[in-house]
Amino acid sequence: MTAASLDDLSDIAVARPVSLRDIVRRNPMVVAGSTLLLAMVAMAVLAPYLGTVDPQALSPIRRLRPPSAQYWFGTDMLGRDVYSRVVYGARISLTVGLSVAILSTAIGLVVGMVAGFSRPVDAVLMRVMDGLMSIPAVLLAIALMALTKASIENVIVAITIAEVPRVSRLVRGVVLSLREQPFVEAARATGTRVWKILARHILPNTLAPLIVQGTYICASAIITEAILSFLGAGTPPNIPSWGNIMAEGRSLFQVAAYIILFPGLFLSLTVLAVNLVGDGLRDMLDPRLARRM
Amino acid sequence: MFAYLLRRLLATIPVMLVVALFVFSLLYLSPGDPAVVIGGDTATAEDIARIREKLGLDQPFTVQFGTWLWNVVRGDLGISIFTNLPVSRLILQRIEPTLALTVCTMVLTIVVAVPMGVLAAWKVGTWIDRLVMAFAVLGFSFPVFVTGYLLIFGLSIWADLLPVQGYVSISNGLWAFLPNMVLPSLALGMVYTALIARITRASMLEVLSQDYIRTAHSKGLSSGKVLLGHALKNASVPIVTTIGIGLALLISGVVVTESVFAIPGLGRLTVDAILRRDYPIIQGVILVFSAAYVMVNLLIDVCYTFLDPRIRY
Repeated sequence: MTAASLDDLSDIAVARPVSLRDIVRRNPMVVAGSTLLLAMVAMAVLAPYLGTVDPQALSPIRRLRPPSAQYWFGTDMLGRDVYSRVVYGARISLTVGLSVAILSTAIGLVVGMVAGFSRPVDAVLMRVMDGLMSIPAVLLAIALMALTKASIENVIVAITIAEVPRVSRLVRGVVLSLREQPFVEAARATGTRVWKILARHILPNTLAPLIVQGTYICASAIITEAILSFLGAGTPPNIPSWGNIMAEGRSLFQVAAYIILFPGLFLSLTVLAVNLVGDGLRDMLDPRLARRM
Repeated sequence: MFAYLLRRLLATIPVMLVVALFVFSLLYLSPGDPAVVIGGDTATAEDIARIREKLGLDQPFTVQFGTWLWNVVRGDLGISIFTNLPVSRLILQRIEPTLALTVCTMVLTIVVAVPMGVLAAWKVGTWIDRLVMAFAVLGFSFPVFVTGYLLIFGLSIWADLLPVQGYVSISNGLWAFLPNMVLPSLALGMVYTALIARITRASMLEVLSQDYIRTAHSKGLSSGKVLLGHALKNASVPIVTTIGIGLALLISGVVVTESVFAIPGLGRLTVDAILRRDYPIIQGVILVFSAAYVMVNLLIDVCYTFLDPRIRY
């Protein structure tokens, strides 16, 4: 090997600092998604400072005003400011999405790892998961909500229970393929304890697919919360959430379309943003899958 | 083949048992004592005890579950708390619109999504491909009720092409029935179309890179023949699997779509039951939907042998 080619090699091997412009050019959709998502988060956090009024303030004289300079998104049948309600509604959707994503990946990780490493437990757990998975997620969440009173915590728990089986299956699949790998066999042969194998060798390898899955769960949880609230089985009506606002606008949608359109638009944009981030993460973390999908 | 069928059929039993256990626990854990409700305000403690005994509510959990399961197997899903009618009859009354909507949506979706995916894979990297992929991402992101209202505003209220809401039974003739089905099927099919178009494209891309496709091309077959005869046929197994799994999405969507479009089907029955906390109805609907989901996926597993002769059982 000549000196020149070695120089070439070192030139390639050293990672050049990546400029912001490079990132934007290579993944325009991811950047768009993250920007949109950050904007939604900022809106949720800064809700009181964005020209909003009390989202629950009734004003019967000003009912059903169409969008105008004073009421950007109009007012609903009780005279409440739809703009303020939509801005505050972002808090509910993002809280539910994030909480469900974290909780269900954490629980699914534990269940999947236990199932992947113990055959008798696997047989029982996976039958339970198969059963839960054959109940469509929204129906499962509806059924659980019918048992308890409407509150945001209960919505989070109900959606989490509906999402856990999928994560468990994913983690179990990864664990089953990893435990046959030479490096796990080697660790076992040298007498490493099971929990140490799980923590050192299995866990790090499940993280990439788990993060991607977590993003998609966040998107689907945001939709499920909106569906539950829309059907009257989710967030209590005294809290403005996008699903609730749309549910209240339902009977009036022929005269006051804006009550439904604005929350629906924000809901879709948020889910779109989360999905774009998820697609981007998948492409980055799993190049094999990226080419296929 | 027969042995496989039997084994596959037996494998659905534990799954349905878990569903049944979950559904039963729902009523068992539900707040409020049915005996107190039935007894009314004037019931004494002895009356309530007698009703509990008559309903078998004093029995242990396993006995109650066994009795309930036996009734379900015989088609008795209990009595609705609110209307006092048998749940199985209520479900039968409402099943037609839901079945019609689901079948219309599935047909529409498959007719649209599979060609979309094939086209995107064939023209991979071009603007057609990008358009299909963009649609797939958007389809995943727009919740069914948002799509539904957008379609109503656009095609019914603004363009005045189709009815806004409602349902006309198929027994009134196909031309009376179809207009009411267009918008709900489009709205409900959006996510499903996105999913199937995406998996069709992925599966086709995988197959199109195979040697036998190049051989087929080089021996002078037309692109159409290669795409449909060689590629799509071999790419069909993942597509059909996704059609089956996606049915869960479709069922979840049905509940919402029926509310948006005022279709008197099982979804509306469920929503009304939630608002009234009518647990036997919620139980019955979940059982029916889950059983349908499990059965369709069982059928699809059996179909594999026809799609791919290499799969032997």
